[in-house]
Amino acid sequence: MTLFSLAWAVLRRDLLAAARRGSEWSNPLVFFIMVCALFPLGIGPQPQRLAELAPGILWVVALLASLLASDTVFRSDYDDATLEQMLLSHQALYPQVIAKTLAHWLLSGLPLSLLSPLLGVLLHLPTTGMVALMLSLALGSAVLSFIGAIGAALTVGLRKGGLLLSLIILPLYIPVLIFGSSAVKQAVEGAPFLPQLAMLGVFFLVSLALAPLAIGGALRISVDQ
Amino acid sequence: MSIWTTFHKWGSPRWFYQFSGRLLPWLGAMATLLLVGGAVWGLALVPPDYKQGNSFRIIYVHVPASAVAMGAYMVMAFAGAIHLIWRMKLAAMVMKAIAPIGASLTFLALVTGAVWGKPTWGTWWVWDARITSVLILFFLYLGVIALHQAFENREAAAKACAVLVIVGAVNIPIIYWSVEWWYSLHQPASIRFVGESTIHPTMLRPLMATMSGMYLFFAWAMLLFTRAEILDRERNTRWVQDLVIGGDKSAESTNVL
Repeated sequence: MTLFSLAWAVLRRDLLAAARRGSEWSNPLVFFIMVCALFPLGIGPQPQRLAELAPGILWVVALLASLLASDTVFRSDYDDATLEQMLLSHQALYPQVIAKTLAHWLLSGLPLSLLSPLLGVLLHLPTTGMVALMLSLALGSAVLSFIGAIGAALTVGLRKGGLLLSLIILPLYIPVLIFGSSAVKQAVEGAPFLPQLAMLGVFFLVSLALAPLAIGGALRISVDQ
Repeated sequence: MSIWTTFHKWGSPRWFYQFSGRLLPWLGAMATLLLVGGAVWGLALVPPDYKQGNSFRIIYVHVPASAVAMGAYMVMAFAGAIHLIWRMKLAAMVMKAIAPIGASLTFLALVTGAVWGKPTWGTWWVWDARITSVLILFFLYLGVIALHQAFENREAAAKACAVLVIVGAVNIPIIYWSVEWWYSLHQPASIRFVGESTIHPTMLRPLMATMSGMYLFFAWAMLLFTRAEILDRERNTRWVQDLVIGGDKSAESTNVL
């Protein structure tokens, strides 16, 4: 089995499973919408103030949605011992881990970025920022998926992993948040935002190369215990 | 003695317990001497700063605490890597021992920084690049402690923490650099204070003393915590039982716990 067909098989399986059980990909989206709706209620409905805060709010809430979703990356596979079979099989772990993380991104990060302009309108984000918001969220959430998968792999064997996962993962999310929200702010001000996107691209490539090693090691620890 | 014999020896908790027991009083005495001496020197003998008056004297606690807190994370990551690569149990114990010490030192750095900031900058907290980085370092330490406590299985806890610590160590330069970039982009550089290179020698010498004292204190605390962990893990072995019951007099004399 070539690496690509192996990765494709894992990816296809995860997407099919998610398609048959809708809540896995729809819950983070509903969370994203609900929390964004809380902000105008909390800080007041003035359009200028919301527009000023919108890049930061949208990015932080998208980050939290991705964080909550990352708990589910390996959870069901761990519960029904699919994960154990994955580790026992002779196939390389690296492409399988990449495929699982990619599937998670397709089900959480990508829908978030597609939905983000709608929430941008709700929070009065100037239209010049929309493209930057979508692109930075699409690219940044892929990095978040890789980092979140490390935390998920470390905590999947624990009964109450949810809050712990956020404690260990949130500090590592900070660089992505800085460059992601900065890209949107730059675009709103009419400045070029390509440098920020390029940095997110660098983070993506580094996490694509290194994170699967940490995820694989963490999965072995979690399954062995 | 070949490198493998050395390695094997360092991997033995019992040997480490006895070796560290001999080292401990020296480290403790040196750390106390340097910290107390440096503090008296810095607080009483050094002239006040021409701009900040006496408030700058907190530097003798603040700077050593921040420096050692950062170094401690790297030592912890190094121990984690040794544990993962060579399966050395002692490294896992050292890693576990460092986390609470590092978190405490980071907390001390943040608190002393806030106390220093109030008279100097007029505010307890500023979102400055260095302060924010130290805050994130504090979060990283807390994450390691929380992860370790969540596992019931000690072996799994050590390995999981080792992975997390190494991931954190890879991320620290990225986080540090991102925060630096974030700060320079969003905040005007309105706050300047005495940089390390511009400090006067009369102020620097006591700082060097408390700095080395803090490093020695860290080593002392690390050994102490590691020894406690060794006793806890090896409590079913003969030598620990002998030690506790008091059968082995030579080992008991080194038991300062």
